[in-house]
Amino acid sequence: MSVSVRIPTILRTYTGGAAEVSGEGGTLREVLQKLDADYPGIGARILDETGKIRRFVNVYVGEEDVRFVEGLDTPTPEGVQISVIPAVAGG
Amino acid sequence: MALASTANSALDFGPASALSCRECGTRYDLGPIFACIECFGPLEVAYDFGPVTREEIAAGPTNIWRYSKLLPVPGNVETRPNLQPGWTKLVKADNLAGELGLRSLYIKDDSGNPTHSFKDRVVAIALEAARNFGFHTLSCSSTGNLAGAVGAAAARAGLDSCVFIPSNLEEAKITMASVYGGRLVAIDGTYDEVNRFCSELIGDELGEKWGFVNVNLRPYYAEGSKTLAYEIAEQLGWRIPDQIVIPVASGSQLTKIDKGFRELIKLGLVEDKPYKIFGAQAEGCSPVSSAYKAGHDVVQPVKPDTIAKSLAIGNPADGPYVLDIARRTGGAVEDVNDREVVDAIRLLARTEGIFAETAGGVTVGVLRKLTESGALDPEAETVVLNTGDGLKTLDAVAAEARPAAVIRPSLAAFRTAFAN
Repeated sequence: MSVSVRIPTILRTYTGGAAEVSGEGGTLREVLQKLDADYPGIGARILDETGKIRRFVNVYVGEEDVRFVEGLDTPTPEGVQISVIPAVAGG
Repeated sequence: MALASTANSALDFGPASALSCRECGTRYDLGPIFACIECFGPLEVAYDFGPVTREEIAAGPTNIWRYSKLLPVPGNVETRPNLQPGWTKLVKADNLAGELGLRSLYIKDDSGNPTHSFKDRVVAIALEAARNFGFHTLSCSSTGNLAGAVGAAAARAGLDSCVFIPSNLEEAKITMASVYGGRLVAIDGTYDEVNRFCSELIGDELGEKWGFVNVNLRPYYAEGSKTLAYEIAEQLGWRIPDQIVIPVASGSQLTKIDKGFRELIKLGLVEDKPYKIFGAQAEGCSPVSSAYKAGHDVVQPVKPDTIAKSLAIGNPADGPYVLDIARRTGGAVEDVNDREVVDAIRLLARTEGIFAETAGGVTVGVLRKLTESGALDPEAETVVLNTGDGLKTLDAVAAEARPAAVIRPSLAAFRTAFAN
């Protein structure tokens, strides 16, 4: 599946400044693996050493916070937008 | 106070020296950044405090700027146009204490701020950061109170504002967010969705030169809540209370009150003593309370459904720190349902003449619940926060707070109506 991934400002050093990049994969896990292959090192910024989404990162597939659905196993249908956003905001 | 020239000599943040990641400790120069590049952890302000005395503070202005040497603001902040928030009343609540069976209870009534909530404190600090960074527009994601505070502060300071709220807020909060003349944008979604939108806007050219008080200025903004701790301690005669009940939305306020108390101890302004911090949530949005009760150290986000809309943050950024602090200090995090919130608003109004917004109903409701359960020590000195004004959430009590009778203007009619 071809998807698009929104990159937060603090990770754009990995994407050459691009705010949005294209990705590939049937689940969020696959999309992040491919993203790390394309932009080496970016995966370890989003996932911790145990492979889980970092505590202060929110990831959305479409409108949905993946913590409300299937986490890294959340399906990523063709054309969907994925957003990676620092969680430390608001209040 | 003259500051030594530094690499960032154009910036004047008073005693603030750097930003530091709360998770991994990585340090950054003071700038409009809020998340750690290494781990996404929250950045917070680090200081090199000079000497500060009680006398010096007491001689300062009757607003938060009496503590300017403890805040990331320029030394001349009190001469600049801002809302001069703070120094709100600490009310000795003997009637409520008597009803609940507490020996000594105080209400820190922050509805007395210029836009009637504690948000004026945090916005005042963010405003100085926005000026430092040369931003022309002040912005935020808000559950209502913050939007009004940002609009008013921007108006006073002569900046533009553009604030974002969920579209289902209380009418009074929508009006207040709009009346100050900036742009108010209502988003068809929850607060967490508004917050996400703002986080994305910040990385876009549309948000260029915008200071989002609770996103890219959040490290500075959050420091404003320390002034609640400073004021409470000073108003108690330079003493930290034994126990304090604080509302939890994002959790920022609670964590900064703890930081404020610890700073006062470190600076020798108060005696070092143990204190317990209790967090209060509404049952319909209680991710932190649920995590506390389950023994978790991470917070599972929820979709809020409560009348306490100012606390309706389902994905609280500082939730994990609230858990840490409640556990470290021997406090707890508790929640009350909407019925208990309304009852608590009425209880506070009836006993102390303070009309709190729903968030205040949450704290007083939790105060009552924790007292009844024995989690709060009835002999210990206790402070409870009211962070907003009941006039902004009239709907919560309007159906129950009605005339006792509607009569013709005659003694006979009055006698008939109240004969019994």
